[in-house]
Amino acid sequence: MKLPSLREVATEARLLLIGIPVFLWTMIPIYHMFLFAISPKEDAFSGKLWPDHPTLHNFTIVFKQQHYFLRDFYIQFWNSTVIAVSVGVLTLFIATAAAFSISRLKVPGGRAVLNLALFTYFIPAAFLAVPMYRTMGNYGLLNNHWSLILAMVTIASPYAIWVLKQASDKLPVELDEAAVMDGATTLQIFRLVYLPLMMPSLVAIGTYAVLLAWNEYLYAFLLLSNDREITLPVALGNFLAADDSPWELLMTTGFIYALPPAAVYYAFRRYMVGGLTAGAVKS
Amino acid sequence: MAITLSGDQSIPAPPLSSRLSPAQVWGIVLLAPYLLVFLAFVVYPVCYGLWLARAPSNYVALYNDPIFARAAVNTLIFLVIGINIKMLIALFLSGFFAQQRTWIKWLSVIFILPWAVPSIPTILSVRFMFNPEWGVINHLIFSFTGDDGPNWLNDPTVALSMAIGVHIWKSLPFWTLILITGRLAIAQDLFEAAEVDGASWWQKFRFITWPSMQTLYITCTLLSMIWTLGDFNSVYLLTGGGPADLTHVLSTLGIRYLRLDQLSLAMASIVCAMPFVLPLVYFMMKRLSR
Repeated sequence: MKLPSLREVATEARLLLIGIPVFLWTMIPIYHMFLFAISPKEDAFSGKLWPDHPTLHNFTIVFKQQHYFLRDFYIQFWNSTVIAVSVGVLTLFIATAAAFSISRLKVPGGRAVLNLALFTYFIPAAFLAVPMYRTMGNYGLLNNHWSLILAMVTIASPYAIWVLKQASDKLPVELDEAAVMDGATTLQIFRLVYLPLMMPSLVAIGTYAVLLAWNEYLYAFLLLSNDREITLPVALGNFLAADDSPWELLMTTGFIYALPPAAVYYAFRRYMVGGLTAGAVKS
Repeated sequence: MAITLSGDQSIPAPPLSSRLSPAQVWGIVLLAPYLLVFLAFVVYPVCYGLWLARAPSNYVALYNDPIFARAAVNTLIFLVIGINIKMLIALFLSGFFAQQRTWIKWLSVIFILPWAVPSIPTILSVRFMFNPEWGVINHLIFSFTGDDGPNWLNDPTVALSMAIGVHIWKSLPFWTLILITGRLAIAQDLFEAAEVDGASWWQKFRFITWPSMQTLYITCTLLSMIWTLGDFNSVYLLTGGGPADLTHVLSTLGIRYLRLDQLSLAMASIVCAMPFVLPLVYFMMKRLSR
């Protein structure tokens, strides 16, 4: 075996000098959350870096809903799921239709709509939240899941349209022309030519919209307030209302809540990185 | 339907619909869902909000509210200092992660976690770490020095810096990822040629990396600034705007007014941000819709 040269060792050491702080910086808040989830309350609150008696007791309490703050855990989990999936489906439907219309059918005014969508994309979501809250009140949708679903679709679709439009533009026009020659109707082109070719981008955008809705806190806490209507992040925020919050249970619930999006992200990472970074910054 | 009449040449200046091909009719139908969403949930709320914020007295009230001035300054600090630090670190780390090593590949998979997990539990986790009585940080300080640690989040400067830290923690992976793609797009033979010529590390960066990444880097910085204006979670979940409402930024302030049932003030505070937001948005749109 060849011994590494001094220069190679120095390079490696310098890389490690960056890599170790990066690792610690990234992992400490997540490890701290995990630590709380497996610690009895006394251990968690006494600043131990590893509990004397690691336990899954906190998870049992959460899954059996054995605490005041957790009595609606399952229904809130279900609310989060339904809302995230609805936002994903609706965003995909709206954005795919719009991207097909603008990019392939060259609908008059398509360019203007795309610019309007882009404009919405750049308006900070927290700014839109204020008038959106009032508007949902005017529509009589407050405390109704539809308010959050529609708000999240509004926020997710501009980016979705834009990314899908970019991807559509890359498909050769000859495909559509050939299909028209064969007598295909517009809808047949959409269904049989366009959708299959767009699959990777559709997966990326669907995942993006689902994660966006699952992770959303601000809109959820403004638009929903009834304990049985709220989503998990709002329920987590509500833990803070009490002075003696059961932080170990808060962290356990938070850990459970963070697992699905992390899993989805890693499962679709290939699509996400390709589809989203290409759209995020066009160079 | 009007379309079936389009064969009739005797009608001068046919109505618009008759000049549309079936494909274009489908185009309009397929675009309609988004237009409806846009009208109902963007145009209407924005117009309604602007109408609510029309009275000049709102702006006088804002001007006289010390919390607003403080929030405006905090937002500026957040954007100018926070974002530039974040982007510089991202630029630096993109070089690190572009290295071909197995362990760096694995580290990059872990590194993306803050971006992949929702921010609520992780921000709350950080918040408890800095709890003055039970947090792990002050426990460690006590066991090493025998003194009580500071009450971190009770100092507005420290609290705001920590909110910026949390923001960086959350979004650094995303921007690093984007800058890595930019870095990998640079032709490797440029670096090889520079190596042969005996260029230093800094010269390679200054004359090869930076010129090719400059545009991307500036675009990312501006985009991150716009988005950070809407970063509600980092401040709200960590400090709640406290202590004494000294760490608010514009996004949390708007929501604070909303919770106090002062909707017109909330809208007015957002309108005040527009002279800064709109030029940035215009610039970004120019850049992206080329």
